[in-house]
Amino acid sequence: MLLGPSLMVSVILFSLGVAGVLFRRNAIVIFMCIELMLNAVNLTFVALAQQLGPEGHAIVFFVMAVAAAEAAVGLAIMIAIYRHKESVNVKEINLLRG
Amino acid sequence: MPASVGWVWLVILLPFLGFLANGTLSLFRPDAKRAVSTIGVGVLVLSFVFALVVSSGVFAHPPHEAPYILTYWTWIPAGSLHIDVAFQVDQLSVVMLLVVTGISMLIHIFSVGYMGDDASYARYFAYLNLFVFFMLILILGANFPAMFVGWEGVGLCSYLLIGFWFENKPFADAGKKAFIVNRIGDFGFLIAMFMIFHATGSLNFVDVFHEAPHLFEVGGTTITLITLAMFLGCTGKSAQIPLYTWLPDAMAGPTPVSALIHAATMVTAGVYLVARSNVLFAMAPVSSFVVAAVGVATAFFAATIATKQWDIKKVLAYSTVSQLGFMFLGVGVGAYAAGIFHLVTHAFFKALLFLGSGSIIYALHRAYHHTGSHEDAQDMRNMGGLRRLMPWTAGLMWLATLAIAGVPGFSGFFSKDEILAMTFARGGDWNAFYVLWIVGVVAALLTAFYMTRMMIYTFHGPNRTGGEEEKHLHEAPWVMTGPLVVLGIGSVIAGIINLPAVLPMSGWLHHWLEPVTHLSLDYLPELHLSPTTEWALLGFATLIAAVGMLAAWNFLKPERLLPAKEAPAETGLQKTLVNKWYVDELYDTIVVRPIGWLSDRVLWRIVDAGIIDGLLVNGSATATRAVGWIGSRLQNGRIGTYMFFFVIGSLILLRALLR
Repeated sequence: MLLGPSLMVSVILFSLGVAGVLFRRNAIVIFMCIELMLNAVNLTFVALAQQLGPEGHAIVFFVMAVAAAEAAVGLAIMIAIYRHKESVNVKEINLLRG
Repeated sequence: MPASVGWVWLVILLPFLGFLANGTLSLFRPDAKRAVSTIGVGVLVLSFVFALVVSSGVFAHPPHEAPYILTYWTWIPAGSLHIDVAFQVDQLSVVMLLVVTGISMLIHIFSVGYMGDDASYARYFAYLNLFVFFMLILILGANFPAMFVGWEGVGLCSYLLIGFWFENKPFADAGKKAFIVNRIGDFGFLIAMFMIFHATGSLNFVDVFHEAPHLFEVGGTTITLITLAMFLGCTGKSAQIPLYTWLPDAMAGPTPVSALIHAATMVTAGVYLVARSNVLFAMAPVSSFVVAAVGVATAFFAATIATKQWDIKKVLAYSTVSQLGFMFLGVGVGAYAAGIFHLVTHAFFKALLFLGSGSIIYALHRAYHHTGSHEDAQDMRNMGGLRRLMPWTAGLMWLATLAIAGVPGFSGFFSKDEILAMTFARGGDWNAFYVLWIVGVVAALLTAFYMTRMMIYTFHGPNRTGGEEEKHLHEAPWVMTGPLVVLGIGSVIAGIINLPAVLPMSGWLHHWLEPVTHLSLDYLPELHLSPTTEWALLGFATLIAAVGMLAAWNFLKPERLLPAKEAPAETGLQKTLVNKWYVDELYDTIVVRPIGWLSDRVLWRIVDAGIIDGLLVNGSATATRAVGWIGSRLQNGRIGTYMFFFVIGSLILLRALLR
């Protein structure tokens, strides 16, 4: 596998994730963008592991486990917010403003 | 050192124990008046007895070389500054010791009668005992700081006792005035102490006075400044121009307090300080002249005011200021023994006059109380003819009046004459002293006049108290008249301790104090008068007293005097004198009001409210809030913004780390 194209894909995915987080208003979309960023990082790990040894693979599993846990908590929070506000638009979720 | 001198600690401690006991009683059992009287008077009697024991030791074995110093413990060890709690028993402090304990004892006894009906009886005796304690520290302290403790302590007790009836605002204000005016003088005393320590490296009397001749240049700047600063302290405590104004107001306190603190003992502390530091003053002729000039000016000035006061205690207050001026004239011309002599005789006759006026006020107050009238029990226009109703008080007060007026044979005659004679003798040395002598003679003339005036208006002529009240006027009880009798004897015979040189057994006190004053003799001219001059001066003094008294007797008509509420207002010079030359108003204009204005407009409104409250306190709060407001704009609750800054931040961090 070629290292250069893999990292390029990873950069594109990560940038898309960042852009999504910055510019989208729907909390679930933002959430999916974060997952996208995580997986872009995973791809980087896997790509580099070919040359640098198997630790990269191991860390990917950790990241996936954390992402799963985070997804569970994050979605639960979002359901709770939806029940409260009947919306998941982050513009309306601003109770903690100064 | 004789063993009896070792008891001096007990003389001092007893009044303090009395203070503790009476203070405790005043807090928990204020009605236990019998216990309070027993303790309050008892400790003073014991203290006087032990004072006699101590003095007998000194009289039997006078310390010719060095005074007896009793050191108890180290108080302040700080580098080269080493101050002990130590008492000095020598010829001078023994004289003061006997006067203070003796007069205090008599006045404590008098107070049992005078204050008997007061609700705060225990508090009164607690303060009075505390005063005696501090006064004894003042006169027995063996170094300047120990004396200063007593000096401040008596000032505190003076404040507490002037404002004893503090529910009455003018009385509380009078106490405050006394305290604040005295602070000005204390500042001078402190400066003098700092300078003495700087120059000599010690504050012990013995060391300072023995080192002074080697360290200071006669008439030099240092010694002059030291003594002038010290004299500033004296003008405060001993009520001399320019700081005398607190003493007449101090009459707000109970009358025995006026007798004890504001006539016989505390106010003489300044004279004692000058006499104690006689070497320093003798080495500074300019300061000594200032002392004499201020003294005689005060003597004259206060005497003029006393001629026109209506309040009997005010007359006596100005008389005290005037007599203190005579004492300063004495110590100023270098006649230290004469100053102390007048201090002793004055303690007797002025305490007697004050206590006598206390008896009168007591009688009038009770009479007005009977009839429910609210007339002024201290105004002489409400008295008159009291000699028929209060014969003992009248007779004894006449003895004191003859003494203070300077009638030959009475104590005041000898002491005042000696001061004036010494001033006259210094005139041969420097003619300016003749001017002081003339002013002093006029002041003595006024003294004879105003005292006779007071006696005529109080005891002679018709009674003006009121028809109903007159029936209730009685002589005071024996617990009050008894001390007066003792003081009366003292007023008559106290003169024998220092008779003039032309009489037999002359100058005992002068010789007795010589070990204390001998160091100053090197710097003073010989004060000697030929017998002819001395006889002439004695005759002249007699003439002065006679003229003053006869003038008052002939020109004042008590029959024409009206009671206070019907009296017309004075005009012209009389009005000026009644208003005390407007000195209080003058001080009010040039000192009190500017300070008030400064405090109100500048210190309060600008410095406190503007700078401290406004700029510093509220300003820092406003600044914090402004910063917080700016921060809170970032905290807008939008995830997008947070993420934006987060990403920007991450990029900056990455840029920094991946250099």
